[in-house]
Amino acid sequence: MTRTVRWIAAVALLALPFVYHEAYPLHILVLILIWSFVYTSWSIMGCFGLVSFGHGGFLGIGAYITALSWNYLHLTPWLGIPLSMLAAAAVAVLIGYPCFRLRITGHYFALLTLALSAIVLQVVTATRDITGGSLGYTPERYQGGSSIYALQFLDKQTWYLIAFGVWIAGLLIRYAIDRSMLRYALEAIAEDEDAASAAGVHVTAEKLKITVLSAVMTAFAGALYCQYQLFISPDTVSGIGVSLQMVFAAVVGGLYVPLGPTVGAAITILLTETLRISFGTAAIGWDNIVYGAVLVSFIIFLPQGLLGSLLPRFTAAPARAA
Amino acid sequence: MLGIFDIYLFEALLNGVLLGGVFALLALGLNLVFGVIDVVWICYAELIMLGMYGMYFLYVAYHVPFLLAAVVCVAGVGVLGVLLHIVVIQPLLGTPPINQLLATGGVLFFLQSAATVMFGIDFRNLGIRLPVLEAVGMYISYARLLAFAAALAGMVALYQFLARSYTGAAIRAIAQDRQIMPLMGVDTRRIYVITSLIGGALAGLASCLLVLQYDVQPFVGLTFGPITFLICVLGGLGNMIGGFVAAFLFAEIISISGLYLDLEWGYVFAFAVFVVLMFARPQGLLARRS
Repeated sequence: MTRTVRWIAAVALLALPFVYHEAYPLHILVLILIWSFVYTSWSIMGCFGLVSFGHGGFLGIGAYITALSWNYLHLTPWLGIPLSMLAAAAVAVLIGYPCFRLRITGHYFALLTLALSAIVLQVVTATRDITGGSLGYTPERYQGGSSIYALQFLDKQTWYLIAFGVWIAGLLIRYAIDRSMLRYALEAIAEDEDAASAAGVHVTAEKLKITVLSAVMTAFAGALYCQYQLFISPDTVSGIGVSLQMVFAAVVGGLYVPLGPTVGAAITILLTETLRISFGTAAIGWDNIVYGAVLVSFIIFLPQGLLGSLLPRFTAAPARAA
Repeated sequence: MLGIFDIYLFEALLNGVLLGGVFALLALGLNLVFGVIDVVWICYAELIMLGMYGMYFLYVAYHVPFLLAAVVCVAGVGVLGVLLHIVVIQPLLGTPPINQLLATGGVLFFLQSAATVMFGIDFRNLGIRLPVLEAVGMYISYARLLAFAAALAGMVALYQFLARSYTGAAIRAIAQDRQIMPLMGVDTRRIYVITSLIGGALAGLASCLLVLQYDVQPFVGLTFGPITFLICVLGGLGNMIGGFVAAFLFAEIISISGLYLDLEWGYVFAFAVFVVLMFARPQGLLARRS
């Protein structure tokens, strides 16, 4: 039953751009899909108690390395994106390995990763001669407009299909993790590191695996976002604001259910856009007021998130405990 | 005979010490709250931002004398700290610590954008231009000197309170053992509220001093928020002496690399040193190996 619903929904979403051509709603959908992927990438770590405030940094690494290698080295994003993902993986290992080795957990891990997003933000700002600093940066447009080589497309339909594919891939990765041994190991570690270690779980290695995977996915999303918007600035792709936003969307949607981050992305983006359209510039700031208040009340009253609390009422499957 | 180069270096060193005083004050309130309640206020810098707006409106719009405005501001931010504790932290005390971190992150969003909506994004300042002291060819900002002195005074006052008073003893006791103290007849809820009041008041004190050096805008918290957390973590969360040492270390790194490179590179270096030191001493600079 649920499987049929899932297939129908997927096919309907896939067919959408072929029958519907309005640019603005498609743009919103593309944004929701890309950010859903970002939040999913964050949540595969977050749901095991590894709360990172450093993912804004990985997003920035992905976006800036891809854009810079395109502009300066004339390297196609087909190579630039893997390069940026490699860089993100290297940074993840550099930060993650000592953290996990030295048992830096909880508050300390969150604040240490906070330093990472702050570093990326400051580096981008400090190298303003190359990166444009806080004014933002634009990858050069390819002469012909749309081009597979430059990964730049003028029409929204193509981008919708790309974002849709990436989003599905994100869900599949999450699904694969949920079925893997890695999940059991990480759940054991989240419960009690010492006990897990005594039971033969290689704590450092397992944590590192999920961290690198999450970082690489986030960097990929950053690069994709850059290719889609053709404009990035330190505020939109790095720094603490973005990192907190990821946490917010994932928690509100539901950290422990696969579609939770997607629901979170839909809620946040639709909220921002609705406020922007109905109130114009008078709405600046209001979206974040609502975010903040909602985040606090969710953590107090509904820590499972919206989808995480609703789903168990519709399905017989037991929800995973927080 | 000092060369011109050395004068600049010496000036940077001295400015680093003064900046360190401000950082130490920033870290103090956060460390106290963490040490006692075991909660990190991610929105700590935003409390300071509100305090700075309070100072701005009292001084510029209502022409309240500076010292009186400062007293009102310290008390006001102290009350905000209590509100934060009662509304957000108290319901979450029994839950995983990361929830409290995230909830105060929500408060950060809320306060930042509430300030944007209420006050707009204009940069505002008090319009006080404190003189710059000149001594043996070096220029020292009077505002920083004042901040340094007030930071020291605040720390001594806090130390005296914790060391001498009955409530202070209870606060220290709770920081040492959270489970036992309720059995000894200490009302933990009351102590937590008092701690939040002091933590908030220290944020208020910091805001009175920072408003002399920085323009107020809703995102001003982001300029010194991260560095405050790093200082607390590097010093060992809850360890006030460690925080003190870390504050001066950071301030010197920023000040000296700011002399040779840009200010942003100073921050980059400080963050990098932080990451390296964290790996060398994961429990903080002054932690004893157990």
